[in-house]
Order: sequence, then structure tokens, then C-alpha cells
Amino acid sequence: MAFEIPRTTYSGKIREVTAGKGESALTVGGETAFPFYLFEGQMPHLPRLAMEVYDSPPSDWPEAAVEPFKDVINDPVNWAKKCVKEYGAEMICLQLTSTDPNGENRPADKAAEIVKKVADAVSVPLIVWGTANHDKDVEVLSAAAEMCRDRNFILGPVEEGDHKQIGAAAKEFNHIIAAATPIDINLAKQLNILLGNLGVPDDKLIIDPTVSGIGYGIEYCYSAMERMRIAALTQQDTKLQFPIIANIAREAWKTKEARISEKENPKMGEAKRRGILLEAMSATLLLMAGADILVMRHPDALRLVKELIKDLAG
Amino acid sequence: MALTGIEIYKLLPKTNCGDCGVPTCLAFAMALAAGKTELDKCPHLSEEVRTKLAEASAPPILPVVIGAGDNALKIGGETVMFRHEKRFENPPGITILVTDKMSDAEVKDRLKKINELPYERVGLTLHADLVAVKSETGDTAKFTALANKVKAGTKANIILMSEKVETLAAGVKACAERKPLLYAATKDNFEAIVKLTKESGCPLAVKAKSVEELAVLTEKLGAAGIKNIVLDSGARNVKQALQDQLIIRSAALNKKYRPLGYPTIVFPCEMTKDPMKEAIIAAMFVAKYAGIIVLSDLNGESLFPLLVARLNIYTDPQRPMTTKQGIYEINNPNENSPLMVTSNFSLTYSIVSSEIESSKVPCYLFVKDTEGLSVVTSWAAGKFNSESIGSAILKSGITDKIKHHKLIIPGYIADERDAIAEEMPGWEIIVGPKDAADITPFLKAFKP
Ligand code: SF4
Repeated sequence: MAFEIPRTTYSGKIREVTAGKGESALTVGGETAFPFYLFEGQMPHLPRLAMEVYDSPPSDWPEAAVEPFKDVINDPVNWAKKCVKEYGAEMICLQLTSTDPNGENRPADKAAEIVKKVADAVSVPLIVWGTANHDKDVEVLSAAAEMCRDRNFILGPVEEGDHKQIGAAAKEFNHIIAAATPIDINLAKQLNILLGNLGVPDDKLIIDPTVSGIGYGIEYCYSAMERMRIAALTQQDTKLQFPIIANIAREAWKTKEARISEKENPKMGEAKRRGILLEAMSATLLLMAGADILVMRHPDALRLVKELIKDLAG
Repeated sequence: MALTGIEIYKLLPKTNCGDCGVPTCLAFAMALAAGKTELDKCPHLSEEVRTKLAEASAPPILPVVIGAGDNALKIGGETVMFRHEKRFENPPGITILVTDKMSDAEVKDRLKKINELPYERVGLTLHADLVAVKSETGDTAKFTALANKVKAGTKANIILMSEKVETLAAGVKACAERKPLLYAATKDNFEAIVKLTKESGCPLAVKAKSVEELAVLTEKLGAAGIKNIVLDSGARNVKQALQDQLIIRSAALNKKYRPLGYPTIVFPCEMTKDPMKEAIIAAMFVAKYAGIIVLSDLNGESLFPLLVARLNIYTDPQRPMTTKQGIYEINNPNENSPLMVTSNFSLTYSIVSSEIESSKVPCYLFVKDTEGLSVVTSWAAGKFNSESIGSAILKSGITDKIKHHKLIIPGYIADERDAIAEEMPGWEIIVGPKDAADITPFLKAFKP
């Protein structure tokens, strides 16, 4: 039996979505085959790596995660600059944790000002992330969208409960929506349909499938993402043909496995490298499942995954 | 399964004798096509028909066993490209490398690592599986000595690696009873290694320069009667190595291409010098189809995440992982410590116990058997209701451990509070947080 390279018949393609403005704009998506099935199709835009910046200093990070940002941890503007200049971030994901009504509860207009300052300070595309509190996210993300109109941010998480308001703001002020649903292909599709009905254009939408890290249910989002890609590429499911964003760093670092010291459990090895690998390995698995944008934290994890993507694209 | 029930039926004796346990040949044919019975149950088949049917009903990726006895490792036998379709069957063997160039101390250290780095997680033991014993010097005596050392030093299964068949033969002699994997047949040593494989009964890895060449070699091995085969496409750059894994799996499953229907072996240890990068390449191959993954070394910080990643990817998506019902003591609780209850979906348990642990508040966690469903789902399904919770806790023996009678229930089943209180007379039922992330502030503020 002579060998012939097998080929899947693909009938669909992932849409291309461009984030940011002008020269520094980046396009993701466009795949015509399963992730890295390069013998069957193309990945015209390789997956991109964003880095997290917090608008107020995080209090619960393991030492290893804080260390690279020690000098900028109180200053989102310089934090973002450092990520781009020193660590090679391709996008910045500004996590607006200070707006959490159960925490600091920073008002929307103040948060929007920070967004603008960060956006002005770095040239890479910006992802602006709320706290998943619907009422507050509507205020905060709408204010940021308006203050930075036409800058083509990615706004998230946009959930069913706030999609109308944030969707309208994104449409009016020209930004992209990250549509977030809890690890389920049908819910994801449903929200994409709702956003489409609202008039959010197809090139302004990406999917946030809700991810988790190794040891905390990564297999669920892994399979949900695979199923989305199968539906999009082989079953002409146009409402799932969108790039996928994976907000993975915070999931990997909040686990007790990323925290535990080598002294407490010598078998777990050195804590810093373990934390970095929990992040980088989780990201690697999600790359294999179809992630187009990975939100990363530690510069070494970012470097490892970036190199891997480069190697894989060859 | 390449043949349909009707096609199989045409090959059967059609006597309807019933010796196979079902009344008719047709029923037997249907059951065979559905994979619900075994060929050998019909005693009336000619040799020719038996061979034909055996071939047609063999799994598209053959399972291969490395090692002997209880400790043997089974790889391959995979049936799907994507885990949600059914499940991935046999997790890849994680392997540590030792060579005859390493010092005694280094070899000892590596054997110690493979023996001493198992981890307990959700009631399972996670560990690396194999030691690859590699001849780098070409010296047969050194290789034999190393094989002996490994045999004596660990129960882990063994891969013997040498380009020279006589060296491999000496290695096999040293550890024949462990049924090591022989690495590797190539087009240059073919005749000799076929002979050694047949004599020793060991599984055999095949190394080629491409997937095409691999298929040619395995067809020849198949013709020589060798079926316990592991594939190495020879690629050592990450891109080609991944492409080869995808192509091999797809050819075997989607095209039923028999010459590539075997598990694979990959060598992240030869793809980079950076141990961190090696670890993420290994994680990639856990997801993408490797049967054996050979690492240059094992360290807790990379081995632990890799083993958990493997556990996750190979979890049966149709059967949630569960934690055993019972009382779990976290942070050394005493008789005044709070008591919480949750479901036995292992992910729920992991998250809740992890949050309690990081709160540093001593606590008892009662895990109730909910058949692996989460709190919300099991409550909706009636498996996490007042009666079952109440009686399980009262029977658990917790009252011997605590002085108080207070139970904290998950916020999601707040509606169940009064009903539970009725089932547990004299107890105060307190509604805890919905979200695990809120456990720490809740416990810190909690006054028993
Ligand atoms: S034992 Fe064989 S011949 Fe007899 S009924 Fe079954 S299939 Fe037919």
C-alpha cells in the first residue's frame, strides 16, 4: 500500500480580525485547517501573545510572578511599556481589577483615564478586561470605549448579561468584542448570534471560551475549543468562525501548585520554574486546541511559548 | 473496523450452530462488526477466513505492551483524533534518558528520580514510566553494565537504544525478563534486528528518515510477522516532528492505513538544549499523539505539571473524575474547626480544597458522593439534596471529631438549607459562598 498524506476536507475558514490601529495593528485568525495542521492548510497569522498589566497592584501573586514587575507594579503605564520594550509583548491586556465593586470599586471615568494613558504609552494593540460584574463592566468598558474611540481595542469579557450595552458601545466607538461564555460550544455560538443580531460586524468579534489551567479543568476548555474549530472548519458553522482568546495566565498562577514552595514539598521542584511551566504548558495545550491570542504573565513563559510558535511555524 | 456486518456474514459458515453464544451467524456477524464480541468465539472458521477477519477487526492503531507483569506499560490502541469523540486510551509513557557516557553518580541520581518522583493526585498516583538506556560510546560491555544497573535500580520499564544490533542483543540478555523496547530497527540493520526481535519477543521501535520510509519498513516487519511496533519518523525539529505525529495519526485513523497504525515515540530531549523548552514540547506531544516521550532529565518543577497535563488530556470526557466520599482534614483542624460540604466531582474538590488550604483556616471538608457531578448539576439531578447530605454526614463519624453542630453548605444550594436542618436535628446550617474564590474571606470572617 503506497503512502499518501491524508487530508481532511475543510469547508470553512476562521475570520480575520485586526486589533489596534495603523502601523501597529495586528491581525489574528484566517486559519484554513486545525491548529498547526500545516500539512493540510494555512495559518496566515500566527497566534499572538499578550501580556497582562493590572491597574492596581496585585496582592495575591506568588513571588515569582511579581518579581519581573517589581519596579512598575504600582504604575500601569510603565508596566505596559516594560512588557512591550523589555519582554516582547505583542499586545497588552489591561486587567481593570480596581473597578471591582467588591473591592476598590474605582469609578468608570477614572478607570477609562488609565486605559487612555496606557493606550497612549504603548504602540501595541490593547485588550481591556473588566471584572465580569455586568453593571460595572457596562459602565467601565463603555467609558473606555468612548474615551478611546476608533482605537480598535478588544473589550472583554462581554457576557450574555451585558452584551447589549457593551456591544452597542463597541459598535459606536469602533472596538472589538471578546464574547465570553462558560466552556460550552452552544453557548458560545448563541452569544455570537446575539451579538451579530445587534449589528456587531463579523470582523469585530472574537471568542473567549473561558479557560482554566493544568490541574483545574483544562481538558474541558481544550475540548470545547477543539469542537469550536471542528464546527467552524468542517461543518460550515459560520457563527463559530472567529479567532479565540485565552486568558490563561491568571488561571495558571492562582493555583496552589504555582504557590507551594520547594521547601514545603521538595518533590514539586523549584517554585519559580514550576509556576512559569504551569503557565507555559497550559498555554501550549491551548495553542494546540486553537487559541489565537494568549494572555500571558511571566516574561519567561512568554518567551518559551513565543519560541515554540516560531519553531512550529518554521 | 473495515468490514460491515453483512460482509462478515458472507465469510461465516452460515450453519447457525450457536456455538458462539448467539443463535445465528448473522447475529454474530453484527456483534463482531460492532466490536461487541470476539472472533475466537466462533470455533468453525477456516484459517484463511480467520486471518482475514482478524486483520479487518484489528484496532486502527495497535496497542503495544512494553515490559512484563503488573508494571507493564500499554501504549497505542487509540481510536480518535479528538478526545471529546470518545477518549484517549493509553497515556504516553514519560521516559528519562541514561547513557553509558554518564558517571555512576549521574545514573544513580536519575534512577533515584524516577523512583522517588511519583505524585498523589485525586486518589491516583502519577509517575514517569520508562528509562531509556542509550549506548553512546558503542562499547557493548559498558552498555550491558548500564542495562544491568538500570534493571537492578528501578522497576520502571526499559528502552534499549543502540544502532548496533549486537550491542542491543547484549542489552536484551541483561534484562530479557523485563521485555524492554528495542530501539531501533532501520533499513540498514533490518535482517539482524528482526531476528533479535523474534528471539527475544520484545517490542520493537522503527526509525526512519521520513513517514514514507517508515511505512515501507513497517510493512516489511509486518510481513515478517512482527506486530509490536513503535514508530519514530526521525524528525528532530519541532515543526516536522509535530507534522509527522498529526500525519501518522490521521493516516491510521482516517485512512485506516495499516503500515502507520502503531504508537509513536518522540524525543524532545533531542529537539532543544533548554530544559524548560523541552518540557513544553513534551506537553505538546501529550496532546498531540505521542506514545512515548523521551526527556533528557526529570525535575519536579517540570515533571509534575507534565504528569497532570497528561492526566487531564487522557481523562475520559464521558466519565467525570471523582473524589472518594469522606471527611478531608485541611490545615490540621481540631474539634472547633468549621465543617464544610461539597460534591465529589474531582475538579470541585480540587478547587475547594485548594482555596481552603490557601486560606490557612483549619477546616473539615466533607465530600459527598454525587457521582462525579458538580454542586449545581448534582443538586438539580437530586443527588445532592437534603436527605442524602444529612444522612451521609450523620453517618460519617464527623461528630466524633467536632464539638459543634454547624455545617456550611455551598451557596448554590442555599434553597436546601431548611430541608437539611430538618434532616439534621440540632444542627445549624449555614450558607457559604457560591464561588470558591470567596472561601478565604468567608472562612476568615467565620466564627464557629
Ligand atoms: S459459532 Fe460460528 S458458525 Fe456457529 S452460529 Fe456462531 S458464527 Fe455461526
